[in-house]
Amino acid sequence: MKPIIRVLSGLSLAIFAAPSIAALNIFACEQEWAALAQELAGDKASVYSATTALQDVHKVEARPSLIARVRSADLLICSGSELEVGWLPLLLTQSGNAKIQLGSAGYFEASQFVPKLEIPKVVDRALGDVHPSGNPHVHLDPRNIARVAEALTERFVQLDPANTDIYKARGNSFRERWRAALSRWEQQAAPLKGVPVVVYHKDMSYFINWSGMREAGSLEPKPGLPPTPAHLAELVERMKREPAKVVVYSAYNSPRAAEFLSERTKIPSVMLPFTVGGTDRAKDLFGLFDDTIGRLLATVK
Amino acid sequence: MHRKATTALAVAAALGLPHAATAQQAAVQASSPTGENAMNPAVSVILNGIYSNLSQDPTAFRINGFTPTLGEVGPGVRGFSLGESELALAANIDHNFRGTLIASISPEDGIGVEEGTIQTLALSYGFTIKAGRFFSGVGYQNQIHAHAWDFTDAPLANKVFLGNQLGEDGVQLKWVAPASFYWDVGVEAGRGRQFPAAAGPAGPRNKNGVSSGNVFTHVGGDFGTGAAWQTGLSYLSTSPQDRTFEDPTGTTNSFTGQSRLWVLDGILKWAPNYNPTYTNFKLQGEYFRRKEDGDLTSGTTAQTGGFASVQSGWYLQGVYQFVPMWRVGYRYDRLNSGSTSFSAPLNAADFPILAAYNPTRHTVMVDWSPSEFSRVRLQFASDKSRSDVTDKQVFLQYIVSLGAHGAHKF
Repeated sequence: MKPIIRVLSGLSLAIFAAPSIAALNIFACEQEWAALAQELAGDKASVYSATTALQDVHKVEARPSLIARVRSADLLICSGSELEVGWLPLLLTQSGNAKIQLGSAGYFEASQFVPKLEIPKVVDRALGDVHPSGNPHVHLDPRNIARVAEALTERFVQLDPANTDIYKARGNSFRERWRAALSRWEQQAAPLKGVPVVVYHKDMSYFINWSGMREAGSLEPKPGLPPTPAHLAELVERMKREPAKVVVYSAYNSPRAAEFLSERTKIPSVMLPFTVGGTDRAKDLFGLFDDTIGRLLATVK
Repeated sequence: MHRKATTALAVAAALGLPHAATAQQAAVQASSPTGENAMNPAVSVILNGIYSNLSQDPTAFRINGFTPTLGEVGPGVRGFSLGESELALAANIDHNFRGTLIASISPEDGIGVEEGTIQTLALSYGFTIKAGRFFSGVGYQNQIHAHAWDFTDAPLANKVFLGNQLGEDGVQLKWVAPASFYWDVGVEAGRGRQFPAAAGPAGPRNKNGVSSGNVFTHVGGDFGTGAAWQTGLSYLSTSPQDRTFEDPTGTTNSFTGQSRLWVLDGILKWAPNYNPTYTNFKLQGEYFRRKEDGDLTSGTTAQTGGFASVQSGWYLQGVYQFVPMWRVGYRYDRLNSGSTSFSAPLNAADFPILAAYNPTRHTVMVDWSPSEFSRVRLQFASDKSRSDVTDKQVFLQYIVSLGAHGAHKF
């Protein structure tokens, strides 16, 4: 073979063979679904996450690299409920990929498989960036992870029937391990019941609902709007009357507003991983809940 | 107490009222549209208004050294004005197509169709076809709707080479390569409804087939821990016939021949960890080069002769969000009237607008976006589009969007 041909064929391999040879090419919008897909599919899938724990998933650029990834995906896993409305529709229309369009088997919206919280009765932009079909940050209720896992295993089987046995076995193994972890977390989180908490954004609602904590306020004046001095001042006053026991923010939030409130009110603040990769300990979904509960207990006690 | 509740329930049942639990459910369901309305397309409206302070008379605006495009290239009117309002409707038509209609409602000219397309969803292998009226994929900024521009007005190069913004009636075929980085190739065939294919009262060419062709390619990717880039090359080829333009002296000249435009564009966006919430930076630039040759007819002498030109222009702009909600930006524009040649019996003196001149402009802006849906911008420019005067321009502008949450292209 002439060297030039060898170089060219090497180059074309490097360009075109890059997406993996695994059975399923998965594009996950968020880290939690990437982690779940990896748990459930093992080496039968090559999983790419569009975002990291340090990104605000409401505000993501429809970058060229993401279009390239969606172009070759067999399955797209996103939270849905308008969470990705600012960027996902562009990835879908630009990708030229029929497999992952809305209504296809390759389009999976996790929030459709769980009972939704905070479905607004009134939808108006004056209320901030509200989601008409309910709060989309569903993954921080560990019971929801189990629900989505069931549906996702079914979807894997539908898309890749040749590996049905493997997906079922992995699904069962995950369900057992998750059940054991869930009963452990329920015991560990018992002291959190009734604890008033100030959140940054309404992204902790499902965790609060599961753990029985009580939301006492949010650093954002309205969902999606950055904290303002006037709102923080009002929050300081409110905390003097009815103090919360902890102020939480996520890995992708700036700590400044939480630290400000914490300094003024002596209420401790803590950063939570929010999703897989948000802290060193939140390496996978199990670590995410271990660390979230652990950090809250250490702060509240 | 218990009896009272039971009685209340019985009364409610007798009156056909739902009881508490079902009433609550009904309230929840009512929040999403039901019946025929459930299939309504996503509707959004863009409103914008401008206050302009211009040191030079905008009705005498021209860009010296370049063929006027007869498009809306001027800086607008002095004082308060309502900008174009946009009404956008979009939805999936069925499992095969997506439809978009964007109507622009101008306070003077009534309603126009800015974009009206159907786009395929179900083609595979990276192909998409778009048909209808759309902003041509030539260069970078041309495809972006004016409300999403980082400055109030278009770069000078877009004004002289694309008549501000080229909208085409036609078909676009695009292919995205199955690569680990982004790579697309596209081709457009159009009617040539605007400059450079057509301008003036003659309008688009009266002919079957394709009057305007464009091919483009883009590559893009990520690097580091927060940067994304894309660069593109496009080639627009048209053959205008009797394309008229008015010289400032008032005579109407016309051109018939070939027009070929190359555009090289690049965009770089950066945000720490790809999280643009707090700070982000955007660098954007384009280089245009156009060759035209054919016959020019002078309105003064009524004589026709050969005409050829090679002209270029570029701009570079940077926009930096330094705290949440606040951005500052700077743009530099430069055009090069390059070489123009007239062959006998034409005389360069009969075409004063085409006399050699290199226009430049400096623009700075600051904008404030209290939410994703509203923006207020203050912009200053020192515009040397005219060879004899400098126009000091001040724009104060608001741009807001109502309704469905739009998604913006990279």
